[in-house]
Amino acid sequence: MPEYEILRLLWWALLGVLLIGIAVMDGFDLGTAILLPWIGRTDMERRIVINTVGPVWEGNQVWFILGGGAIFAAWPPLYAVAFSGFYLAMLLLLCAMILRPVGFKFRSKLSNAGWRSTWDWALFAGGLVPSLVFGVAFGNVLQGVPFQFDDTLRMTYAGTVFGLFSPFAVLCGVVSVIMLTMHGAAWLACKTEGAPRERAQNAGTLATILLAVLFIVGGLWASRLDFYALQSFGGVNGPSNPLAKHVVLQSGALMNNYEAVPWFRLAPALGVAGALLTALLLRTRRLRVLAFLFSGLTIASIIATAGLSMFPFLMPSSLAPDSSLIVWDASSSATTLLIMTVATVVLLPIVLIYTAWVYRVLRGPVNAAQIEADLHTSY
Amino acid sequence: MDVVELSRLQFALTAMYHFLFIPLTLGLSVLLAIMESIYVTTGRTIWRDMVRFWGMLFGINFALGVATGLTMEFEFGTNWAYYAQYVGDIFGAPLAIEGLMAFFMEATFIGLFFFGWTKLTRVQHLIVTCLMALGTNLSALWILIANAWMQNPVGAHFNIETMRMEVTDFAAVIFNPVAQSKFVHTVSAGYVTGSMFVLSISAFYLLRSRYRGLAIRSITVAASFGLASTLSVVVLGDESGYTAGQNQKMKIAAIEAMWHTEPAPASFTVIGLPNITTHTTDYALEVPWALGLIATRSISGQVDGIENLVAAAKTRIASGMLAYGAMETLRAHPTDAAAHQQFDAHVGDLGYGLLLKRYTPKVTDATDQQIAAAANDTIPPVLPLFFSFRIMVGLGFYFIALFGAMFAMDSRRMIERHRWLLHLALWSLPLPWVAAELGWIVAEVGRQPWSVDGVLPTFLSVSNIPATNVMISLAAFVLFYSVLAVVEVFLMLRTIRRGPDLAPPAPRPAPFVAVAE
Repeated sequence: MPEYEILRLLWWALLGVLLIGIAVMDGFDLGTAILLPWIGRTDMERRIVINTVGPVWEGNQVWFILGGGAIFAAWPPLYAVAFSGFYLAMLLLLCAMILRPVGFKFRSKLSNAGWRSTWDWALFAGGLVPSLVFGVAFGNVLQGVPFQFDDTLRMTYAGTVFGLFSPFAVLCGVVSVIMLTMHGAAWLACKTEGAPRERAQNAGTLATILLAVLFIVGGLWASRLDFYALQSFGGVNGPSNPLAKHVVLQSGALMNNYEAVPWFRLAPALGVAGALLTALLLRTRRLRVLAFLFSGLTIASIIATAGLSMFPFLMPSSLAPDSSLIVWDASSSATTLLIMTVATVVLLPIVLIYTAWVYRVLRGPVNAAQIEADLHTSY
Repeated sequence: MDVVELSRLQFALTAMYHFLFIPLTLGLSVLLAIMESIYVTTGRTIWRDMVRFWGMLFGINFALGVATGLTMEFEFGTNWAYYAQYVGDIFGAPLAIEGLMAFFMEATFIGLFFFGWTKLTRVQHLIVTCLMALGTNLSALWILIANAWMQNPVGAHFNIETMRMEVTDFAAVIFNPVAQSKFVHTVSAGYVTGSMFVLSISAFYLLRSRYRGLAIRSITVAASFGLASTLSVVVLGDESGYTAGQNQKMKIAAIEAMWHTEPAPASFTVIGLPNITTHTTDYALEVPWALGLIATRSISGQVDGIENLVAAAKTRIASGMLAYGAMETLRAHPTDAAAHQQFDAHVGDLGYGLLLKRYTPKVTDATDQQIAAAANDTIPPVLPLFFSFRIMVGLGFYFIALFGAMFAMDSRRMIERHRWLLHLALWSLPLPWVAAELGWIVAEVGRQPWSVDGVLPTFLSVSNIPATNVMISLAAFVLFYSVLAVVEVFLMLRTIRRGPDLAPPAPRPAPFVAVAE
């Protein structure tokens, strides 16, 4: 059996892969929904925009569901703290995530203009709210979350819902919204034609540049934040009990890992460079698919930046730093991690293969003719 | 109401709401695969029109099933955080594997099911439909493995260092006998629901003399598939009863309102009025021997009564107090050998000790009265179980009769002459949902007071959150879900009233367009 340490590191990396999977796969349809009212000016244009994601949003949403399930299985205390601590924010996220599927399905079933425009705005909210909540949640984690455990590991949360919206957390929320808007725009630039495509190219260019600027601002801000440093803990193979360590607050501690491991700096550098490259590729005629891929790479780099800055912290506690969740004390048992590793190694490649096949079948832009040919199944 | 009551109410409402959509998804996905197989083998376009028509209704239903399923996943963390912390090591894995193995499959292929008609060959499209149905059914398998672990927690032990349950034998979790019988029972119930849905709407069309060709063929498929499925539901329901008799004796005793142990083989109370104060069942109509045979499959096996099980619970609570005491000692002095010995001897009853937390947070100082009260708490609510079970089983037998009659009439081509039967089929539409929801009540209310049987009491499983939070979310769900239900039913009825497209444009070959021009 592999060392507990290796399994924990692997699942920390897989947590990153999952979050990136959510942001890249679910992210482009969230971004598409945000852009819907602007890129689609007429009803047919809006149907085109919706139908670019129509056949794939269900599969994409599974990344989100899987993300939840995998955190539950691999990092149970993280699941317990994040979901119950951010209770009302999670409720908001959930309602938005329910509104979206329903909106896709229901919108074009009636031809009434009021009905359709109501659902268009519901879809917009269904794209905007999750993007914002994800970012704000990340911002809070980067600043520490007010929770602590008692000796039976029952968690108490001392924050309020308004406390979530600190200036830094709001900046992270905005970065997240812009990041997914960029991704949605890059998607639409590949999957539409004519006027909507031009609008998508313009929106995408604007978003990439804004993203690069705000990501740099956020990074400079984060470098000055107080973060947490591990003083002592139960060892990399120790039991998953978050109460056996000592953590202190330290100014600028989010930069510690970059000093210790210089090549970690590649992640933020790729975040900025990727955004700018995306902007350039979006303007081309032939390389728009590449722009979409670079947009995904940018997202991956930005999420990796957050994860690498915090390592080994998963969720630091501002209320009782010793209660913080770290890679070495918040995982499942070695047996469960191993079972999950086997399941992932066997099943994920199969998922990726058939997902790739589906995207291949659906390749090419969506246009009005296709929607009219298939009025009853198109969204 | 406190956080526990509110969280239970919210979970029950959202789970039962979610379970309105799931059985239909399960059943229709398989019916679609059957109809499309007939289309591909015979090449007759009416079968493709059927797939497209029932598929449209399937799609409206599927979206809400997916959306409301997300709520369930969230609630384990938002409302039941201590549960997530305490058993996440075991319970999380089937959920994650469900996502990887099943959700991806059904959700990825449902897109192509709708959008692939013009892009795929017939056989390719049939494969897509079959994979979608397979994914749907696999997801039922994994979620029921997770649920079965709550009913019969095998393959796990309590780790004192991490203060939680951890997996010891994952194969035992997967091959849990409760999981196997639950899976087949629940999936078959879904097939019954899907069949009834198709049967009722087709009967409606026949009564109105509309879309006769589609309706007759749909009835043929639904009646035969439905008949097989109802038989499976009833037989596998019996299997569930047997496994519950082995593992959850209190649930069986409460379902039967069997207050005292009877000499074997116990009789089965067909109907009666359980009296929870006097511990008797009034006006009982009993079938001698039947319960003993169902629950133990022998004439000598004894089925324990509620009072005897409460007495047994008292012993286990006393043992659980010893485990709890030893655990406290070990946390202060991890090397205390005597405490280790005591802990290992009684750890199996730790959950019973936790039942005392409602009366005394210290557990080890419980009085005899408190122990008696905690033991009494192990009785689930008898009345809802007693009646839910009887109505569910009654409906099961009714479904056999109805599908049997439809099947017989249909195979003799006489279905249209018996309008009363068509009316009966139409008005039976809601009944599978009633049976499914009651089945959920029997399974989950029957598990009380535990969230994980014998391991973790429900009242301890909740999150440490203010009751106002749960009130807000409960109100939000009631409002939001009601609106969605109204829109859903409206769109369903509208789609049914407008009927199928019987002459759609012939599928055209996909235009070949490269992504980059």
